[in-house]
Amino acid sequence: MLNNAPVLPLLILLGTGILIPLVAVKLRRLVYPLALTAVLAAAGISVYNAVNVIHSGPVYYKFGGWFSPIGIEYVLDPLSAFITAVINGIAFLVLIHAYKLVDSELPAHKHPPYYALALLMLCGYNGIVLTGDFFNLYVFLEISSLALYGLIAVGDRKSPIAAFRYLIIGTVGGCFYLLGTGFLYMSTGSLNMADVKAILPILGTQPVVIASLVLMVIGFGIKMALFPLHGWLPDAYTYAPSATSSLMAPIGIKIGAYGLIRIFFFVFGIRFVTQLFPLATVIAWLSVAAIIYGSLMAIAQDELKRMLAYSSISQIGYIGLGIGLANAYGILGAVLHILNHGLMKACLFLVAGNLRTRLGHTYISRWDDSVRQKMPWTMAAFVVGAMAMIGIPPTVGFFSKWYLALASVASKNWIFLAVILLSSLLNAVYFFRIIERVYMKPISGSARKKQPEAAAERQEVCGSMLVPTLVLGGALLLVGLLNVVIVKGILTKILPPGF
Amino acid sequence: MMTEPQMYISLVPFLAVLVSLAAVPFIVASAKRANVREFWTIAAGIIKFGLVLSLVPGCLQNRVAVFRIIEIAPNIQLALKADAIGVFFAVIASGLWIFTSFYSIGYVRGLDEHKQTRYFAYFAVCLSATIGIAFAANLITFVIFYEILTIATYPLVIHKETEVAIKAGRKYLAYTLTAGVLLIAATAWAYQIRGNLDFNPEGLFRDLSLGPATIVPLFLLFLGGVGVKASIMPLHSWLPTAMAAPTPVSALLHAVAVVKSGVFGVVRVAVFVFGPVAMKTYGLGHILMVFAGMTILLGSIMALKQDNLKRRLAYSTIAHLSYIVLGTGLLSQTALLGGLLHIAFHATMKITLFFCAGAIYVNLHRENISELNGIGKVMPWTMGAFTVGSIGLAGIPPVNGFISKWYLGSGALESGYAIMLIVLVISGILNAAYFFPIVQRAFFRRGRGLKEHKEASPFMVVPLVITAFISVFLGIFPDTLLRFFSLAEKVASSIFGGTGL
Repeated sequence: MLNNAPVLPLLILLGTGILIPLVAVKLRRLVYPLALTAVLAAAGISVYNAVNVIHSGPVYYKFGGWFSPIGIEYVLDPLSAFITAVINGIAFLVLIHAYKLVDSELPAHKHPPYYALALLMLCGYNGIVLTGDFFNLYVFLEISSLALYGLIAVGDRKSPIAAFRYLIIGTVGGCFYLLGTGFLYMSTGSLNMADVKAILPILGTQPVVIASLVLMVIGFGIKMALFPLHGWLPDAYTYAPSATSSLMAPIGIKIGAYGLIRIFFFVFGIRFVTQLFPLATVIAWLSVAAIIYGSLMAIAQDELKRMLAYSSISQIGYIGLGIGLANAYGILGAVLHILNHGLMKACLFLVAGNLRTRLGHTYISRWDDSVRQKMPWTMAAFVVGAMAMIGIPPTVGFFSKWYLALASVASKNWIFLAVILLSSLLNAVYFFRIIERVYMKPISGSARKKQPEAAAERQEVCGSMLVPTLVLGGALLLVGLLNVVIVKGILTKILPPGF
Repeated sequence: MMTEPQMYISLVPFLAVLVSLAAVPFIVASAKRANVREFWTIAAGIIKFGLVLSLVPGCLQNRVAVFRIIEIAPNIQLALKADAIGVFFAVIASGLWIFTSFYSIGYVRGLDEHKQTRYFAYFAVCLSATIGIAFAANLITFVIFYEILTIATYPLVIHKETEVAIKAGRKYLAYTLTAGVLLIAATAWAYQIRGNLDFNPEGLFRDLSLGPATIVPLFLLFLGGVGVKASIMPLHSWLPTAMAAPTPVSALLHAVAVVKSGVFGVVRVAVFVFGPVAMKTYGLGHILMVFAGMTILLGSIMALKQDNLKRRLAYSTIAHLSYIVLGTGLLSQTALLGGLLHIAFHATMKITLFFCAGAIYVNLHRENISELNGIGKVMPWTMGAFTVGSIGLAGIPPVNGFISKWYLGSGALESGYAIMLIVLVISGILNAAYFFPIVQRAFFRRGRGLKEHKEASPFMVVPLVITAFISVFLGIFPDTLLRFFSLAEKVASSIFGGTGL
């Protein structure tokens, strides 16, 4: 059993995902507990795997006992172990929170397929991260994307359009990736990442190799919504059901970032992407544009989920910048930010979900002090999330900023340094704008002035929604203070040879 | 050269940082019972002060308490070190917090302020951050507490929640958060160069291997980071705006904790990061002197124009903070001694003046100088204390402001910058010009509408009389109380003792 631990999360999620519609026929009540248990098991095993990898090194798992290039190899190295642990851990917390949201936003007959799709999407994400095979990665990319289209489309009136848009753009992205894989297969004769890595140096900078790299990067660029390939994201985040947006926002686009890290540093190699064909520099500059564009657009938004969507576009720029800088601190910062931003965005999207549940909307301009009086704990979590986004120590955001600043200084790129720091100020603008409102704007209407303290009744959300929100808020502080445990324990082992 | 200080591991600095933070849950939990709530603040203040005081004897005997909290980034510790300068600053901040707490009680109850729990809770957080800044053993620890201080002060600045207060809050954040990111950039850069961020009495950059092309921009970046809180012109304009805060906040944070954290940062950066040798070699001292001289003169002149009492005090603070910057920039033992003493002495004097302004506001609801005619007869204790503070800030003996100014002046002559002595003299005259008319109005002009008013509540008057008394006492016996003088002298001689500068 434990020999199969590297692929267990994937299989559990896949199996449960398929099982759920069958179970729902007779025992609809069991659907949610089943889904939650599956994700909990996946999260537990991923953490176990991560600890294992740290202690006893990477595991190369041959699916069905077939050796590559005939069989498909799964690679559990520090990077994939870390990312799967992050994905499944955050997904577990989000799924606890999702129960009431799904209950209130979707009709009952849609619940089983919803959870089934959610599990299939997570299974796809796990597969993308764990596989060591290019084509297998494509298969999982499509599984996760198709599931996600469904998860978005069940939302409100505008969500099918958002989903359709994502379907078109996402499919194009998938095609780019597949094309790149095809080119690579043509020139190297293998789909196994390790094999390809060994063969590529012989081929040098042949046009077909470069073309395959560029095509794959565009594919992942679309999946990670890297500026200017981000067009699908704002609508998808805004109009999707709240449960979907809190599931996809913290982890979805990180998968694209993971793909980029994998092919850049583990297949093509640092020398190829920085010197032979300096695509890393292009990624870095696009990320700079993403950071600024995303932040400015976020300032202009009036709807919280849409604001957070643009903020994600900006934050994915941090990760892209770390990748683009392509030095030890940069990669460390990028991978750490995958975790950090996952926690921050999860926390903030859960807050958005709580607000939707209680207020029925998330329009910032309609908020005042009563919001805080109704939901003091939710808003406290929001403030912690906002501080993390701005990068106030000791929250996680500060440390992302710190490692990326070190990376910029190490490569003597002062513009990048300036942009990282400017971005934290822009974050301050769009978060303090809300904090000001929620904590200080007098309640409009009859109850104002004389007795503002007693004007709004406490209407905090129920425990199953509040606890995950607060756990994530606490994690933002705790992971920040203890980031060295993660950085030293696992992230320094991620770096591919040559650093 | 001084003997190397002897380090010993001690929990005391950490507890001193933590105690006010630990009080926050208690303050919040007893929100409904005001007296219990205030008890926690006072208790935390007294324990904190006691802990800090217990570090003084060790410091004077060259024993330095150190404590590693946690490794915060690979090879970088979140660490505290209670060296002489840190203890010096911590004694001032924690000591004055006790007075401010009593005063705050009188103030918020006198005005029946809203959200008092939030007010006391964030005050406690601010003090934790300030002591953290004082005891920070390296740049990253400094930056972390510095940023926490920025955020913890915000709810106090916007406390009144009026349009003006919210605007002031925005301006405050715009300035201080920008400064924060500059400081982070500078710290990251310094780390990249040295791989070590520990404060060191000889400076991190003492070996001069870098050359001016790196050192000067790096210094300016650091100066931008710490200069905002130190309100060095042209980075000062948040401070007068932040006067929208309740007066006790202005008194402790905008005359002592926050702004002094800024100047403390200037000293840390100039002396403990760059070191006197590098400062001298690359003319960094001149940069400080030029900015400080300009700020002293312009700040004093702008103070003259203000009719709002708190704004006048704010501009006066801006000018006096630069006394300390000047003391650092002159790069001599005497001048640094003067600068450090001014950290303490300006604190006692300015907090007295702010307390007075608050007492007048609570009692008479007046905040403009032109309305203060004759109030000396109604509030003799308050205005008496105000007079003491004014005399001190103008640098007239026997109040303590004279002593720090004396050392600053002799330091200027010692290092051959007589022009800086002239700046100090002019500033003294300007101080007299903007403070004495207030005293004159209060005592020698006839007021109106004061019949039914009496002195303000003892919660407010007692603290301000005590701080005024301390100012005079320190002016006559600078070393008797709390050994300020010895501590400051120790810092100055440990830095300049062996360098021959």
